[in-house]
Amino acid sequence: MDFYFLMIFIFVIAALLGFELITKVPPTLHTPLMSGSNAISGITIVGAIMAAKSGQTVLAQIIAFLAVSLAMINVIGGYMVTDRMLGSFKKKGKK
Amino acid sequence: MEYLYLLATLLFVFGIKRLTTVRTCSQGNRLSELGMLVAIIAALLISDSINWTVIIAGMVFGGGVGLFLAKRTPTTKMPELVAALNGFGGVASALVAIGSVLTESILSDPEVPMSIYGMGIVPAIATPIAILIGMVTLTGSFIAYGKLSGKKLSHPFAGGARHAFHAVLALGAIAIAVWMVTTQNPEQLTTAMIALSALSAVLGVFLVMPIGGADMPVVVSLLNSYSGVAGAFAGFVIGSPLLIVVGAMVGAAGLILTQIMCKAMNRSLSNVLLGGMGGDEAVAEDARDYTSIKQAGPEEIAMVLDGASSVIFVPGYGLAVAQAQHVVRELADLLISRDVQVRYAIHPVAGRMPGHMNVLLAESDVPYDQLWEMERINGDFKNTDVAIIVGANDVVNPAAREPTGPIAGMPILDVDHAATVVVIKRSLSPGYAGIKNPLFDNDNTLMVFADAKEALEGMVREVKDL
Repeated sequence: MDFYFLMIFIFVIAALLGFELITKVPPTLHTPLMSGSNAISGITIVGAIMAAKSGQTVLAQIIAFLAVSLAMINVIGGYMVTDRMLGSFKKKGKK
Repeated sequence: MEYLYLLATLLFVFGIKRLTTVRTCSQGNRLSELGMLVAIIAALLISDSINWTVIIAGMVFGGGVGLFLAKRTPTTKMPELVAALNGFGGVASALVAIGSVLTESILSDPEVPMSIYGMGIVPAIATPIAILIGMVTLTGSFIAYGKLSGKKLSHPFAGGARHAFHAVLALGAIAIAVWMVTTQNPEQLTTAMIALSALSAVLGVFLVMPIGGADMPVVVSLLNSYSGVAGAFAGFVIGSPLLIVVGAMVGAAGLILTQIMCKAMNRSLSNVLLGGMGGDEAVAEDARDYTSIKQAGPEEIAMVLDGASSVIFVPGYGLAVAQAQHVVRELADLLISRDVQVRYAIHPVAGRMPGHMNVLLAESDVPYDQLWEMERINGDFKNTDVAIIVGANDVVNPAAREPTGPIAGMPILDVDHAATVVVIKRSLSPGYAGIKNPLFDNDNTLMVFADAKEALEGMVREVKDL
C-alpha cells in the first residue's frame, strides 16, 4: 500500500469519526464546543514547525515564521477563550 | 517518538467527546490542551534540521498575541474573537502548504525540472486546496468579525450577477491552481502560489459579504470547519498523518455543529449561505411602521410585576451589549424572594452565537434549572403572567408564523401568549433580520425604551419600593 493511499484512508476514517463524535450537544455548549474545536484546528502548528527547516531562503523563513506565529495565536487564544467560557460553568459545579 | 502523535490524537478525540456534555466539558478542554502540548513537543523532538530561531520567535510572538487577545477581550466580544482566531488558524494552514512547497528541494532543482503534479496526484490536489480554503477562511472570518461587530458590509453585486461574479473568481482560482501544479519553473510556482492566495482571499471576502449579520454564528461555525479541512490538506502536503487525522476530525465535527445550528433556525445550510435572510440590504423599517405602541417606565413595570406569580425572562443580544446579566439576576432573585416563579427562555440562536445567552447567564451564576430551552418552555407562555424580553427581537417575532416572509418558518419563542409582554429595547429599530416585529404593536405588549441594564436597574429599584 502506498503512502498516499494510507493518508486518504485515515482522512476518510477520521472525518467519519468527527461526524460521529458530535451527536447531541446541549445548546449551552455550542459556543464552547465551537471555540474548543477552533483551538484544536490550531494543530497546524505541528505542520508549521515541520515546515520551519534550517537553511531555507529568506522568503521561506518569513512564511515559516508567520505560519508558526499565526497558528500559535490560534492555539493559545483558542484554548484560553474556551477556558474562560467553561470557567463560568465550573464555578457553578463547585457550589 | 512518533507514538506521541497517536497519544495527542487520542487526547483530542476524548477531549472533543467530553466537550459535548456539561458535566465533563472543562475536563474535555483540559484533555485537548494536553493533546496540543504533546503534539507540539513531539513535533519539536521529531522534526530534523529545525530552524529554532524562527520557531521560538514565532511561538513567543504568537503566544503573546494570543494571550493578550484572550485576556483582554470582553465577554460580549467573544464571538468576534473566535472568528478572528479561526481566521489565523486557516491562514496558518495555507502558509504551511506554501512553505512546504518552497522548501521542497526537488521542485527547485534546475537540473531536473519537476512540477508538483509530477510528485503525485495527492500533493497536486492538496496544495491548491489547502491554500484556497486557508485563505478563504482568513478573509471570510474577518468579514464575519466585522459583521459581528455590527458593521454593515454590502456586496457590490446582487442576484444573478453576484453568482456569476463568484463563478468567475472560482474559475480563475482553478485556472491558477492548474498552472501552479503543472509549472516546472520555480519562479512561476512562487508567483502562482501568491496569485492563488490573493484570489482566494478576495473570494473569501465576497462569499461571506452577502450573508446577513444574524447568520454569522453559522458562518463562523462553518469557517471553523474549513480551518480544520485546510489543516488536513496542509497535512497531505507536508506528509503529517497527525494533521490529516485531527484536521479531518475537527472539520467534520464543525460541519455537524453547523448543521445542528441551522436546524435550530429551521433553515438549510445552503439557504444560509446564499444569504436568504437578514441580508444587510434588507430595507430597515422604522418607528413609522408601528401604529399602537404602548410605552411604559420602570415604575409601571414594577406594578405589573407586583401582581405576577410567574415571570419568564427572554434574553437576547441586547443583554450582552448592555452587560446586564448581573442585574437581570438581581431582579430575578428579588422576584423569587416575593414567591414569583422565575425562568429564562433561551432561544437556540439568541445572541450572536448559539449558547451565547447560556454563557452570559452562567457568568452571573444563574441556576441551571432556571434556564429553559425553547421546546420545553414554549407551551408555558400561555400560563405565564409576564414575559420580559431583554434586548431580543427576531427570536420573538410572530412574523415567523406567517407562511411567507424573510423569517417564515423560523422557530420562535411564543412570548405573545403571555398575559403581559414587556419589551426592553433601546429603540424600534429592526433586529438583525431587518424586518418589522408585529409583537411591539400588540395590545398586551409594553415597550420600555432604554438600555437593558438601566431599565432593569430601574425595575429593581421600583420593585424594592413596592
